[in-house]
Amino acid sequence: MFSYEFMRNAFAAGTIIAIICGIMGVFVIARNMSFLTHTLSEIGFSGAAFGIFAGWTPLSGMLLFTVVSSVIVGQLSVRAERREAATSAISALFIGLGILFLSLANTNASYATNILFGSVIGISRSDVNQMLVLSILVLIVVLVIYRFLKFDSFDHTGALVKGLWTNTLSVTFLVLLALSVSVAAQIVGSLLIFILLTLPAATAKYFAHSVGRMMGLAILLALVGVWGGLMLSYLTNYPVSFFIAAIEAVFYFIALGWQHTQTAAKS
Amino acid sequence: MTAKTPILQLKHLGMTFPGHPVFNDLNLTVNRGEFWSIVGENGVGKTTLMRTILHQLRPTTGKVNYLPSTNAVRIGYVPQFRNIDSEYPLTIRDFVGLNLTGWKLPWLSRDERQRVEAILKQTGLTKLASRPIGQASGGEKQKAYLAQALVERPNLLILDESTASLDPVTKTELLDLVQQINQTLDLTVLFVTHDIPLARRYTRQFLMLTPQGTEQGPIDQLTDQKVWRGEAEHV
Repeated sequence: MFSYEFMRNAFAAGTIIAIICGIMGVFVIARNMSFLTHTLSEIGFSGAAFGIFAGWTPLSGMLLFTVVSSVIVGQLSVRAERREAATSAISALFIGLGILFLSLANTNASYATNILFGSVIGISRSDVNQMLVLSILVLIVVLVIYRFLKFDSFDHTGALVKGLWTNTLSVTFLVLLALSVSVAAQIVGSLLIFILLTLPAATAKYFAHSVGRMMGLAILLALVGVWGGLMLSYLTNYPVSFFIAAIEAVFYFIALGWQHTQTAAKS
Repeated sequence: MTAKTPILQLKHLGMTFPGHPVFNDLNLTVNRGEFWSIVGENGVGKTTLMRTILHQLRPTTGKVNYLPSTNAVRIGYVPQFRNIDSEYPLTIRDFVGLNLTGWKLPWLSRDERQRVEAILKQTGLTKLASRPIGQASGGEKQKAYLAQALVERPNLLILDESTASLDPVTKTELLDLVQQINQTLDLTVLFVTHDIPLARRYTRQFLMLTPQGTEQGPIDQLTDQKVWRGEAEHV
């Protein structure tokens, strides 16, 4: 399997994606942003289609659209009660734009499928390097703002009282999330990015006893999903995103069952 | 007897929401080490006043002054509720440490860990420190909120209806703790409450907000007649 360069690249890219998604996912879950993450992935699809239409790489289009829209979404949905409606409206608009750009770009259906569901064989060494640079950037920013982000994500009231710049933190986090979505889309596709950004962290929440351990477990679960998915995809020739989604969903349902058992045992 | 040193001054403070005056021309001087109760019926503006003191709301008129300077006053705030998911893997120890946001590494330094442990001990939470905050009882949560506020070594503590949802025994436990800290550390406390007997038992000064204005003075002047009159005005 590792004698093929595309598989080596896919494993390198998958490892980077799993680490980024494990870390960012913890904050996505704590900030209740699963739906917004799903929307950003749809915006990523639109951005990739725009990139193809404009003659850029899909990643460049994705970065442009997700970063700009994350700032807009952040401003539109400052008030929690209108967050879902604002996010739905933006989601609908961007899916429509994605279809329009694909149509204007005159690309074939398989190209669209690759954007939506990801592709293992399409990842080159330069793609991996590009992902690595973006991921290091995300990691450095998370490291610098970690304490503020943790406070605001897990105890928003306390962060407000402390006088932390919560709005700036929120927009900064959305931009980091946009970058993570663009990176992760390369392998799982824009429609399934939210799997890696939500499910490993949502599963880890039930087994960990501290935020640090939740992050470590989320990274581990994401790694198992991505590596397992790549191996199964190689062996069966079925789409990698199906296997990643299936593995992560199974982990999540096991966690739910375990939590249910624990609760029942206590009562 | 030591001289009184002001820590907070409200000068001609007024707040009006569109078509709805909340309070007007409120003057108050709070000295270091004092223990104030802020009383009044629902809707008279106690929380608005606290949010104004915390600089979360800009007053329509007047000023909030911290003395000797804004930077010299560190505020600890303990609310009644906190929106914390019961499934978060956030232990009470982690929760208390959240308030330490010095520009440092993601993990706490040894000095910071010692500060957290000392506060946990002071608030009687050491044995519960590894329990997820979402699974703590109401009283344990309030103690954890208090510990989080204290870990940054505040000199002004605001308890915003912190005892409202607690049973009588837990209320007393919490306020015994606050009183002890108030006396030993010379911490200034503002206690927002509806519970007049509790205010009389623990605080030494009061500020009563009514729709007609404000009254303030030593706590023994907070008579039942005053409270009833305030309630009657509100009705």
